[in-house]
Amino acid sequence: MVFFFQNMINALQWGSFYALIALGYSMVYSILMLFNFAHGDIFMVGAYIGFGVSTGLIALTATGVIALPNWLILVLTILFSMFLTSLVGMLVERIGYRPLREAPRASAAITGLMIGIILETGNLALLGARRVSFPSLIETTTYNLGGVYITNKKIMIVVVSLAIMLALDQFIRRSKWGMAIRAMAFDYLVVPLMGISINTIARMTFAIGSALAAVAGILFGMAYPVLDPYMGILFGWKAFVAAILGGRGSIMGACLAGFLLGFIEIFVAMIFPSTLRDLIAYSIIMLILTFRPHGFFGEPYSAQLRL
Amino acid sequence: MFLSVENLRVSYDRIRALHGITFDINQGEIVCIIGANGAGKSTTLRAISGMVKPEPESRMTFMERDLLTFSADRVVRELGISHVPEGRRLFGNLTVLENLKLAAFARKDPENVQKDLSRLFSIFPRLQERTRQKSGTLSGGEQQMLAIGRAFMSGRRLMLLDEPSMGLAPLLMKTVFKALKEINGEGTAILLVEQNARMALQFAMRGYVIENGNLVLAGDSKDLLENPEVQKAYLGG
Repeated sequence: MVFFFQNMINALQWGSFYALIALGYSMVYSILMLFNFAHGDIFMVGAYIGFGVSTGLIALTATGVIALPNWLILVLTILFSMFLTSLVGMLVERIGYRPLREAPRASAAITGLMIGIILETGNLALLGARRVSFPSLIETTTYNLGGVYITNKKIMIVVVSLAIMLALDQFIRRSKWGMAIRAMAFDYLVVPLMGISINTIARMTFAIGSALAAVAGILFGMAYPVLDPYMGILFGWKAFVAAILGGRGSIMGACLAGFLLGFIEIFVAMIFPSTLRDLIAYSIIMLILTFRPHGFFGEPYSAQLRL
Repeated sequence: MFLSVENLRVSYDRIRALHGITFDINQGEIVCIIGANGAGKSTTLRAISGMVKPEPESRMTFMERDLLTFSADRVVRELGISHVPEGRRLFGNLTVLENLKLAAFARKDPENVQKDLSRLFSIFPRLQERTRQKSGTLSGGEQQMLAIGRAFMSGRRLMLLDEPSMGLAPLLMKTVFKALKEINGEGTAILLVEQNARMALQFAMRGYVIENGNLVLAGDSKDLLENPEVQKAYLGG
């Protein structure tokens, strides 16, 4: 039982990363019918930007230019990195996808793959092949709850992730911009007839998705401090799986599916040798999709594709 | 000139749908274009609202401004031309009120939105009863009211209406057209395209007849209603 709860905690943390990344996939897909295959690499870029910002702030504090407590460095790192990564996301949308808005979807998809490669190798060119290690921003404290070991970092990662998901959900449900995103997901061709620019909504959606990926990147860096330029590939694919499993455009679905992926992976590894983890975990996911082809909360796309 | 369209040509995938049509609308006028299915009625509206790109030799101006340089969203936002598309195309996942708010999303005079909403609800009391209902669950008549309501909230100089009578029972059709008269009475010009020629000509002041992408007849509604060719082709003898 203790063993079970221990893995439960780990699964929640692991699932948080998937869920945060899956949200970006899901939102972009829902409004533009576009899989942004560069999104995993945006997660990587976010982690590196987080690394840069936090290292910079720590250095400034060390040299006495400014005196910031560690928690404030963490908060500022998250906020700055969200902002900077959202700029990267908007750039990707502007340069990569907007010119292909009317192009066949396959062209847009391979554009995503190419942008991904450019981001990976661009990082390599910029920082070289060495791995960088993410600074430890908060002192790790381990609590022992009846044999289950929980660190303050794990609690923080899960709580921050859940808070962000909740905030996003409220934003989509209640704000005027969220309303526009929901409308665009339903029938994007009619959106301009309301006087609203599709480009504005698309740009904003990329910005939000990228900011969430940046949070995932930083939290990941805090839990697993070694970063490398290719870290976003597998994560991106798995988060993509979560987005599809959640159902088109469903915030709740993407989150739940992200956590489910985390759970399946961790619990498969609990029972089977860890080398078999992904083989078994993703066979299970495939089976689920066979029975629910539109995902948990998805519906068949119904809007007409011409006005 | 309010709206002037000259030599409008539009092609879809190299197949020409409009072969250079010319017409105009005066301020405050109600004008209809009647014609058979596939004659080019909807394409004409799409070209005006910027949803399709006309061929370069086309000329369109609205209040002295070159319409061809405006993107679809700017046509609504900056020129006040709204378009009720074929099949209404409501955001079915949004409530009635959300659909209306979205239509007012980009307006430059947010202080007047509430007032316009009240005015709209006095024209269509039925919409006010349904504000919290998802628009996808409305009846056909209510959906048409909401589609017109969205246009009312988004752009009020010129309203482009694509087959507002489609799928409506005669009584509802009367309600809808009475409301449109009311909206027109407050200064909104209306360009209406219809397959239901009798209804359209009774409602509009002037009309054009479109056949295979060409305007073949023009005149006052009264004259068109009495024109033997029109009667034979569009009014059932």
